[in-house]
Amino acid sequence: MVGIFLIVPTVTVITSAVIEDGRFSLARLSALFSETALTALGRSVFLSGSTALLGAVFGALLAWLIVSRPASSMIRRGVISLCSVLAQFGGVALAFAFLATIGLNGVLTLWVQEHLGWNLAGSGWLYGLPGLVLVYTYFQIPLMVIVFLPALEGLRDQWREAAVSLGASTWQYWREVAVPLLTPAFLGAVLLLFANAFAAYATAAALVSQGSPIVPLLIRAALTSEVVLGQSGFAYALALEMIVVVALVMGAYSLLVRRTSRWLR
Amino acid sequence: MSTTGGVAVELTDLTRTYGSVKALDGLNLKMEPGEFIALLGPSGCGKTTALRILAGLDKATSGTVTVDGRDLTSVPASKRDMGMVFQAYSLFPHLTASENVQFGLKMRGSAKGERAARAAEMLDLVGLSEHAHKYASEMSGGQQQRVALARALAIRPRVLLLDEPLSALDAKVRTQLRDEIRRVQLEVGTTTLFVTHDQEEALAVADRVGVMSKGRLEQLAPPAEVYANPATPFVAEFVGLNNQVPATVSGGRASVLGSELPTLTGSITSGSGTAMVRPESVTVTADESGAATVRSVAFLGPISRVYVELSDGAVVHAQLSSSQAREFSPGQRVAVGVQPTDVLVVPVRAE
Amino acid sequence: MSTRVVKGALWVAFGLFFLFPLYAMADFSTRNLLQGGRTMTAWANLVTDDALYQSIVTSLLLAVLTVVVMLILLVPTMIWVRLRTPWAKGIVEFLCLLPLTIPALVVVVGLKNVYLWVTYFFGESALTLTFVYVVVVLPFSYRSIDAALSAIDLGTLSEAARSLGAGWTTTIARVVVPNIWSGVLSAAFISVAVVLGEYTIASLSGYQTLPIQIVALGKTDGPTSVAASLATLLFGFVLLLALSLVTRRRRHA
Repeated sequence: MVGIFLIVPTVTVITSAVIEDGRFSLARLSALFSETALTALGRSVFLSGSTALLGAVFGALLAWLIVSRPASSMIRRGVISLCSVLAQFGGVALAFAFLATIGLNGVLTLWVQEHLGWNLAGSGWLYGLPGLVLVYTYFQIPLMVIVFLPALEGLRDQWREAAVSLGASTWQYWREVAVPLLTPAFLGAVLLLFANAFAAYATAAALVSQGSPIVPLLIRAALTSEVVLGQSGFAYALALEMIVVVALVMGAYSLLVRRTSRWLR
Repeated sequence: MSTTGGVAVELTDLTRTYGSVKALDGLNLKMEPGEFIALLGPSGCGKTTALRILAGLDKATSGTVTVDGRDLTSVPASKRDMGMVFQAYSLFPHLTASENVQFGLKMRGSAKGERAARAAEMLDLVGLSEHAHKYASEMSGGQQQRVALARALAIRPRVLLLDEPLSALDAKVRTQLRDEIRRVQLEVGTTTLFVTHDQEEALAVADRVGVMSKGRLEQLAPPAEVYANPATPFVAEFVGLNNQVPATVSGGRASVLGSELPTLTGSITSGSGTAMVRPESVTVTADESGAATVRSVAFLGPISRVYVELSDGAVVHAQLSSSQAREFSPGQRVAVGVQPTDVLVVPVRAE
Repeated sequence: MSTRVVKGALWVAFGLFFLFPLYAMADFSTRNLLQGGRTMTAWANLVTDDALYQSIVTSLLLAVLTVVVMLILLVPTMIWVRLRTPWAKGIVEFLCLLPLTIPALVVVVGLKNVYLWVTYFFGESALTLTFVYVVVVLPFSYRSIDAALSAIDLGTLSEAARSLGAGWTTTIARVVVPNIWSGVLSAAFISVAVVLGEYTIASLSGYQTLPIQIVALGKTDGPTSVAASLATLLFGFVLLLALSLVTRRRRHA
């Protein structure tokens, strides 16, 4: 079953990207270098990169907070469940959450307008790239928590106690022991977050109804375009581009993780 | 070979409560400089808690910790200058053996050359010089613990603390390593506190053994004394094997299995009680008219255990050399007695 | 003690960031735009609005179908592989984790051809999405069930059952499954949550599932779509929280 519904479509994408009218051709691929495509790629990379870093840093912080609580505390379980929901299943719902908060009629917008006189949603920035950065971060942080928590939990107490009994201050422990041990997991998580943002579609689709600032939305335009037929070829090329980027990132991720996972088992 | 002079350690009236649970109930322990003391007891008796409080990894609810005359009760663990070996998994996985051993020195700001030299010296002391560049995952459990020992000693600690360092190892490695630890300790001369639940370990290596139960110290004495003259029923049962035989006491002597034996301090002074008799003190002689019958004989190599059923149904086991035990077989009638030895008699117990 | 203050402050900050939008959703969806004050009309629409209601039903049905098909496919296969063909474990694992690396978007783009003959066989209903969804939830389900299977001694259990006379179906149903129940539940709950939130494939294939409907409504009826979104999030949250409570308890059993 996996074969039919996953491999065939993927192969179709790859082959359709380079075959036009039955002949091998790079014409469709060359469309990837058009200005629209390249700008979209640049913006996608920016979006993915920035939210990956933001998500990683804040997510690691939140993960650290969670780990400090006892294993069976309700808060801990509740927060982890919430993170699971927000990280993976919330695409559309999240878009609407933010619309409800800082959209034109959003709760926060109105409140701020009333009390401080600013118009938070004024320029409609929520529906463009800056808005996407904010909303994406909202699910990147929880994803970071889920991915990074096992690494934090793998930090054995004995290491901290051994370090301390050997004379290390808290700062020295973090610098000499904890950070080196956590760095591979952290970097791996950044890569994962990048791939996640790059491939994300639902939230952007729900928020941005006009224009196609990022690659996934460009694909949407190409697929649903009523104006120009044969745009589906462009869609295939873009999809191939996505596969390549994601595959590269995931490849780097698995290399990184495999080398160091044994430390924190 | 550089040595550290040992220092005196004193734990006074140490108590540690967690909510309603008393992990330590007024522990008093005085260690002489250079002495090796083993704290022995079942899990939950408080031995590890005591060790951790001494290390500074745990805070006592009340009581004081004095090392070399200085009160260290409120000094943080990182400033106590003690070396600690944990049960397992305490080596930093991202550092080589040598780097692990150098860690404490690095924290103290030692120069690189000095650290490396000292690490080499320590690894040589524990016999692991060729493994200096290996990581923890590339070494066996026994080797890891030896590196941990080298690491703890590299900083010339005033006190050496070992928290059940052998419990996670295979039996054979355990015996080898415990002798290693003792050898190294004698060479370096550091005052050492060793925690274990294995009584054979404690008796084999320590200068003095402290038997603990429920947060209190039941007896603190050299191994031979703890074994031969247990101060309390708990010690008698926990250390070594035991037979519980009915006895009657009067005038400082106990009547056990037909013999009259002097009683140990801590015994009841009169009336009926239960005597704790060691298997090697039980005598078995072939006797057609004997009141006891041999139940079974277990061959254990150099010694054998002969299980004998007495006339009242109680089963007693005697430890004999295997050559002696060879004459006995199940069903045989025998006479059972006790060698002349001091015996501990406690209030009557149901079997 | 200053770490505690810092930690407390951080908790509050994170709490605000994450919980505020949820509160905003609750507020937005119950706002009476014309007269001010609160109203539950938006929430009532979840049941009364025909299109929305239909899409909820569709999504729920899809979720259930996906879970059922996934379990029937995955559980026996994984058990079989572990017991009879351990060499295939690597392949099965690779196949099951593959969907994680290929973006849903890519799948949709290439899916057009495949779907032509799927609809030929199975009709136009949105329920045909089940096939694709099963593939999508494979990674999560595989991991959960694999972890549960690793925790029990599958070989010994099944041999014991068989030596006592049980056939294969009985062994799986009555002996193995009860012992990997937490893994099965975990796979099921997560799959339900994924299906309910899946938008990418459904939208570009033109089907009317719940998330699609929410977006469509968003343009005309803000409060209702927000209400539906919040409902989805809360439902998912409750599912996963229940899951964590169930699995913790079993671990201590």
